[in-house]
Amino acid sequence: MIENRPFLNILAHLTLILGVAAVALPVWVAFVASTHPVSSLISGTVPLLPGPDLVKNYSRMLSSGVSTMGTPPVGLMMMNSLIMALAIAIGKIAISMTSAFAIVYFRFRFRMLAFWCIFITMMLPVEVRIVPTFKVVADLGMLNSYAGLSIPLIASATATFLFRQVFLTIPDELTEAARIDGAGPMKFFRDILLPLSRTNMAALFVILFIYGWNQYLWPLLITTDSSYYTIVAGIKRMADSVDGVPQWNLVMATAILAMLPPVLVVIFMQRLFVKGLVETEK
Amino acid sequence: MKRTLFNNRLLPWLLLAPQLAITFIFFLWPATQAIIQSFLRQDAFGLSTNFVGLANYRALMNSAQYMNSLQVTAVFAISVTVFSLLIALVMALAVDRMIRSARTYTTLLVWPYAVAPAVAGILWWFIFNPTIGILPYLLDMVGYNWNHLSSKRDAMTLVVVASVWKQISYNFLFFVAGLQAIPASLREAAAIDGAGPVRRFFDITFPLLSPTTFFLLVVNIVYAMFDTFAVIDATTQGGPAQATNILVYKVYFDGFIGQSMGSSSAQSVVLMAIVITLTVIQFRWIEKKVQY
Amino acid sequence: MAQINLSGVGKVYAGGSRAVGNVDIDIQDGEFIVLVGPSGCGKSTLLRMVAGLESITEGEVRIAGRVVNEVEPADRDIAMVFQNYALYPHMTVRQNLAYGLKNRGTPRAEIDRRVAEVAQILQIGDYLDRKPRALSGGQRQRVAMGRAIVREPAAFLFDEPLSNLDAKLRATMRLEIKDLQRRLGTTSIYVTHDQLEAMTLADRLVVLNGGRIEQIGTPLDVYRKPASAFVAGFIGSPAMNLLPAHAVPHLPGSAHAGLVGIRPEDLKPSDSGQIAMQVRAIEELGVSRLVHGMVGDQLLTVSLSNQYPLGETLHLAAEPGAVHLFDAESGQRIEAH
Repeated sequence: MIENRPFLNILAHLTLILGVAAVALPVWVAFVASTHPVSSLISGTVPLLPGPDLVKNYSRMLSSGVSTMGTPPVGLMMMNSLIMALAIAIGKIAISMTSAFAIVYFRFRFRMLAFWCIFITMMLPVEVRIVPTFKVVADLGMLNSYAGLSIPLIASATATFLFRQVFLTIPDELTEAARIDGAGPMKFFRDILLPLSRTNMAALFVILFIYGWNQYLWPLLITTDSSYYTIVAGIKRMADSVDGVPQWNLVMATAILAMLPPVLVVIFMQRLFVKGLVETEK
Repeated sequence: MKRTLFNNRLLPWLLLAPQLAITFIFFLWPATQAIIQSFLRQDAFGLSTNFVGLANYRALMNSAQYMNSLQVTAVFAISVTVFSLLIALVMALAVDRMIRSARTYTTLLVWPYAVAPAVAGILWWFIFNPTIGILPYLLDMVGYNWNHLSSKRDAMTLVVVASVWKQISYNFLFFVAGLQAIPASLREAAAIDGAGPVRRFFDITFPLLSPTTFFLLVVNIVYAMFDTFAVIDATTQGGPAQATNILVYKVYFDGFIGQSMGSSSAQSVVLMAIVITLTVIQFRWIEKKVQY
Repeated sequence: MAQINLSGVGKVYAGGSRAVGNVDIDIQDGEFIVLVGPSGCGKSTLLRMVAGLESITEGEVRIAGRVVNEVEPADRDIAMVFQNYALYPHMTVRQNLAYGLKNRGTPRAEIDRRVAEVAQILQIGDYLDRKPRALSGGQRQRVAMGRAIVREPAAFLFDEPLSNLDAKLRATMRLEIKDLQRRLGTTSIYVTHDQLEAMTLADRLVVLNGGRIEQIGTPLDVYRKPASAFVAGFIGSPAMNLLPAHAVPHLPGSAHAGLVGIRPEDLKPSDSGQIAMQVRAIEELGVSRLVHGMVGDQLLTVSLSNQYPLGETLHLAAEPGAVHLFDAESGQRIEAH
């Protein structure tokens, strides 16, 4: 800030407070709704202050769910989401690191071809090739499985490029010193590259965990067995049935639970989150 | 480029194998299938398949529904991009004036990034619920009768609001980073040259921020065109009367629910062409940036 | 301890450009050899070929009698000290020292013993458990040396190890390296572009230019009898004056040569001096002065103890033994008759 302009400062604060409030509004409304009995949500307007049923609604959803909604207990769906998010994040990091290692530290025939094959995945988001991809997964018998939920999503050009960038900044002399110290390629990878990429891995993990947790279309398509439902995809099935019997309080409790883990990750790992976000877009 | 390399023929392929296998099985093969299918047509009973050349594409171009979807996508993508960029820029400029409170405001503004688009859709669906939602209640007081189940404009507003709400955090973070990258000395020099805050923004800050803005422009268009599938599916499902049926949603709907493979594949190919174009634009820009 | 022999060693890159050509050097057991030359002369490439970090495209490198052309760096029984030290940033000093031994399957107790020994020799015992980031430049330098010593290799290879240090520290470390090498008696090859470092460290110097050897010899030999005009200009500071023979027609032997070289300290003022120099500039060094002036249209530098006014004409003479003659075409030394 260059000159002191109290008016501008007040304006800036007002703008930000307004922004923060607008951003928080839908979540607050959802939270309030999730603490009321269903009776207060059938007609009139949603109340603005929390009601008495917080514990009741949440414990009900987590442990048993609502049978008429066609979804299993939220606890199970959250576990499925966690497994999927972890598998996607760890899987992407693992195969991207080995790919980047191969591309940066080896010269071999068709290296550029391999590079372009990986690059092209960036241009083929699942939404545009959804029907044939679904068919492949179905033919492989991967519907209704954790493998089907995660493996088709773990190819990653972005992560590969990120690690390529990281590896390129590691001085050649370190590789040479390691070679003289008797480290072969895999030993070098494990002893030098892995520990030196730790913060990049952590930052990327935060982004990829959120990405994995928030998957929607893919789990919606390939899970028909409710015991494999993830929470983000499951909540939609719940909302669909709401049209018949509106139990908004329970749907909103589920929505809050669905956003809680990734939001907490962002808030408590803000630095890694920002680093990961900026790096993956380079 | 590395000076020191390892000599090994087999190892690099082993290292690449998982990534390449997934790429071939789940990306390249399905994409090829989509391209092939877009030139074929099945008869009504699924008994025979014929090569029909560009007929599927011609049918798309003559389809009023598809043209409507293109138009809806354009309106939706432009609205989401413009509003989320504008709001994020205002917030970033305000935070850039803060010293002690910058971090707190940032935390309070960025967390929606972590909310799934589908959940964002549900939240706004609830807020805008015509019978019990808060906003229709408030709108009613100023005489506006909100109903996104029947009004095309209300439905579009709903999906735009939900999509913008989720995207502000992302744009905000990049604008803050872009603002911090502008040397304070430049704005100080402009201040000494007698430029007030508004002038400084238009003469110094905004031009220097243009690489960030351009980058975000592309990213936001991609976001609005592809990542908002879940917002649409969780709220309007393309309705009412096709008013929010954006291209990605139509591909899905025609392919899975309408079971019209030829048309859905042709739509997939068109979408691929759009993503490839946007990616190329983005990468050419990055190349240029590197040359600075 | 080992001899290292390079015979007909050359390097041609895949693109066809040549970095090094036809190098023959026989390094004795325990000898300290310094490869010196301007940047791009091929000295680092040559060292890296000995280390095994660069492929050898021509000739043979032998370490302790064994041809190592196709041997992995780790199996050549050498250790290398890098310009930027190349310490593993995520490992402690102790882990840095132990890493090479561990990879070779050295027993734990033996590693501990050797690390302790090296720590004592180099006085780095106090920061064995620190990471390289927490060390000063000089300390990092010692750890890099320690990593080489701990391996007890047949040869040390140094790639400009002092160039990242400030001038004062460089002088101290120079002495330490020399002292250490003498105590350990390990054959060493040391690359530098700094002729002072080369002179002070080497048992023998190898002066390289354009990928070829200009001269091999003890520092004094090279200083006293530079084999070419290039060596004459490169070794010694301030640099030797190199004048076309016609500019100094009266000097002995100048009639047979194209270029005449005289070191600044070998010129003395003398009334009978046949070189007339007009003083243009004086640089005060404290212990002496560098007087720069013109002889005809040629620049000449003389190291003198007295002060002279600018513009004055000095008459200078040189001992016959101090005049070096070089061929105009090849630049090779011509022995005076």
